[in-house]
Amino acid sequence: MTLTTADVTLDLEGMLCPIPVVKVAKAIKVLAAGGVLEATASDPGVLIDIPAWARTTGNELLSIEREGKVITFQVRKSS
Amino acid sequence: MAQAAIIPTPVEQEAIVPEVAPKKLSMVVFSGDMDKAMAAFIIATGAAASGFQVTMFFTFWGLKLIQDGNRTGSSVFGRAMGVMNRGGIDRVGPSKFNFLGLGRWMFKKMMRSHNVASLPELQEMATDLGVNMIACQMSMDVMEIPKETLIPEVQQVAGVAAFIEESSQSQTTLFI
Repeated sequence: MTLTTADVTLDLEGMLCPIPVVKVAKAIKVLAAGGVLEATASDPGVLIDIPAWARTTGNELLSIEREGKVITFQVRKSS
Repeated sequence: MAQAAIIPTPVEQEAIVPEVAPKKLSMVVFSGDMDKAMAAFIIATGAAASGFQVTMFFTFWGLKLIQDGNRTGSSVFGRAMGVMNRGGIDRVGPSKFNFLGLGRWMFKKMMRSHNVASLPELQEMATDLGVNMIACQMSMDVMEIPKETLIPEVQQVAGVAAFIEESSQSQTTLFI
């Protein structure tokens, strides 16, 4: 899966709930509509949490992948 | 003519969810235990991060979580309560296995080693995300806790009707 070039990258490794979602929410606030945020995380909860967060906030989940212990995801800010 | 500076509002929930009426979540925080407080603040910050307008109504034992830790009370009973039930979010212990504070120390150590946010950190995050923290007037009066001993982040002191108004407009109301 090809990744879009991210406008903002976050390192969320080692952080547990609720920090990943909180940091993503804060970072996406400063993006313009259409901006892409990419992050790496280690908390397995993120696999369910980030898609749920995207659905609740109306933002677009572009991709979410796991390679060993590292989870990488991209979200695009909708309007 | 000089342009007026645009001052961003501290609460910008609408930037996350572009709707006219944001979703609301209301919560009664009745417990003063560390474990229950963790649940309350994690839910509050998670909801706020998901675009909800969150109101936390602190009452009874929950008042401990929004006190600055100074002694409270004016009558004999009030002052005894102020010592036995000393406020301050860093002072609260788990609802079980507190062992006069040993359990609290143990849980804090375990949370730190797993890199879990502490209660003061969670409270700071909640304020940062625009969570409304309201104190219950009645239980403050009964426990003789003056407003000056509450942390500055508490927006207002109110009664049950104010909470019911928030709750009636909320998709979700919780009692912790």
